Amino acid sequence: MAEKDSAKADEKQIVVLSAFGKDRTGLVAGVTKVLAENKVNIEDLSQTIMQDVFAMVMLLDISNAGCDYETLQKKLDQEGKKIGLQINIQHKEIFEYMHRI
Amino acid sequence: MRFSTNEIIETINMVSRENLDIRAVTMGINIQDCASPDGKEMCGLIYEKLTSAAGRLVPEAQRLERKYGIPIVNKRIAVTPVSSVIASAVRKLDKKQGVEIAVSVAKTLDRARADLGIDLIGGYSAMVQRGITKSDEILIESLPRAFSETSGVCGSLNVGTSINGINLDAINMAAAKVLEIAAATKSQKGFGAAKFVVLCNAPEDIPFMAGAFHGYGGGESTINVGISGPGVVKSALSSMKVGGDISEVSETIKKTAFKITRAGELIGKELAKGLGTTLGAVDVSLAPTTKTTDSVAEILEEIGLEQTGTHGTTAALYLLTNAVKTGGAMATSRVGGYSGAFIPVSEDTKMNEAVRDGTLSIDKLEAMTAVCSLGLDMIAIPGNTAWEKIAGMMADEMAIGVMNNKCTGVRLIPVPGGKQGQDADFGGLFGKATIIELNRKSPAKFLKKGGRIPAPLHSIRN
Repeated sequence: MAEKDSAKADEKQIVVLSAFGKDRTGLVAGVTKVLAENKVNIEDLSQTIMQDVFAMVMLLDISNAGCDYETLQKKLDQEGKKIGLQINIQHKEIFEYMHRI
Repeated sequence: MRFSTNEIIETINMVSRENLDIRAVTMGINIQDCASPDGKEMCGLIYEKLTSAAGRLVPEAQRLERKYGIPIVNKRIAVTPVSSVIASAVRKLDKKQGVEIAVSVAKTLDRARADLGIDLIGGYSAMVQRGITKSDEILIESLPRAFSETSGVCGSLNVGTSINGINLDAINMAAAKVLEIAAATKSQKGFGAAKFVVLCNAPEDIPFMAGAFHGYGGGESTINVGISGPGVVKSALSSMKVGGDISEVSETIKKTAFKITRAGELIGKELAKGLGTTLGAVDVSLAPTTKTTDSVAEILEEIGLEQTGTHGTTAALYLLTNAVKTGGAMATSRVGGYSGAFIPVSEDTKMNEAVRDGTLSIDKLEAMTAVCSLGLDMIAIPGNTAWEKIAGMMADEMAIGVMNNKCTGVRLIPVPGGKQGQDADFGGLFGKATIIELNRKSPAKFLKKGGRIPAPLHSIRN
């Protein structure tokens, strides 16, 4: 996941979305639908299937989102229950802190 | 590169499968300014100060749990050692009246705790390493009532330091009180004793109970964070490639401790900022829980011991503690509290299995405390143990701490009516302990001499 223009990145509010669940059709569509509805921009996306388990990691910019962090979390949670995905969002700082000196 | 998908998945696995959490965020609050010759007024001031200073502790911590996706298991408060706060209120009272005042403070702390929605509040404590004041004596006298008439108050006595030596008189009093506390909480198998710890060289920024208190030099308030993660360390060790020598084990623990500590530092900093205070210390300690996958003993066994307690256990624990400290020290400039590894027998299922199987003895536990961060912790002993034996165990632990410039502690639970080999179940997080075998001979004559064991030669450093 490449670093974008660093000056611009400072203004962004990046959160990490991770989603895990049994593979089936419509999973990416389900998640991105919620994101689009709430004006959340997808900065980066990687997705893989490991032995039938669908795993997806996204970097999202929520600086222009139409709802706050907690509401977004709730909406993703509801969608996750509907399509059988465990969806988490976490602020990117935790990953930076734990994996970078 | 920002971070790779693997790093993201590693972090998520740490939380969801390996029990990574922040074990405790503890807000230290100075309540010395609540002192008053009038007991009622003092209690009112204490309640008011705690509920206003820590009013947002729980909601703010919960917000950070959601923001970073890492659970903060316990939100707690530690106050200035209560014996110094009650001093002016008990100055003119006799012992009995003084105890009433002390107990009323314990109840006030407990009421503030409950109203703030937190599980434990610490600092029902006294510093008695050099001598015992009237208010210290009253606080010690009140311990059985304070711990049996409240549900979430914890306390400690600091009975020795490397500068002052060891106060045997204080140890003797504490040992007798441990039996009385256990008797007063007989219906809970003596569990009141789990809320009381005897310490030497007590750090003033401990986030963990029962030893947490807010030190005199700690400012108005502070946030201290206790990290955790034995499960994460164990998992990192079991996924190591076969081969390589013991230094690679140390390296793996170090790297893991670094990551865990960083999570603690981030959450501590932000919590302190949100509450308008400062981050005091990150306690880099591996604290086990009763989950079988979250055990310090299991790490020692992963390193290569057939069972914890066998020959080599002290060396393996030294390796673990040292690597945790080294990794943690890289991750935060605020290392504090106990920092190391905990070996609370009842709270660590594998540790207790070793006691039950006879592999881990009280003597081996004592040896282990020379190289880990605390002491004889959450160990069930027979209910009819003589106070002199308890005092002897305390004195031994204090000697290890005072001589080696480290903190040690003793938290023993004499189980009323309990006999060696029986199980005592304390429920939930506090786990189950098999009552351990103690030495049969008595140290009474030694302890009854009383007084203060002089400080070690190396205390003369000026």
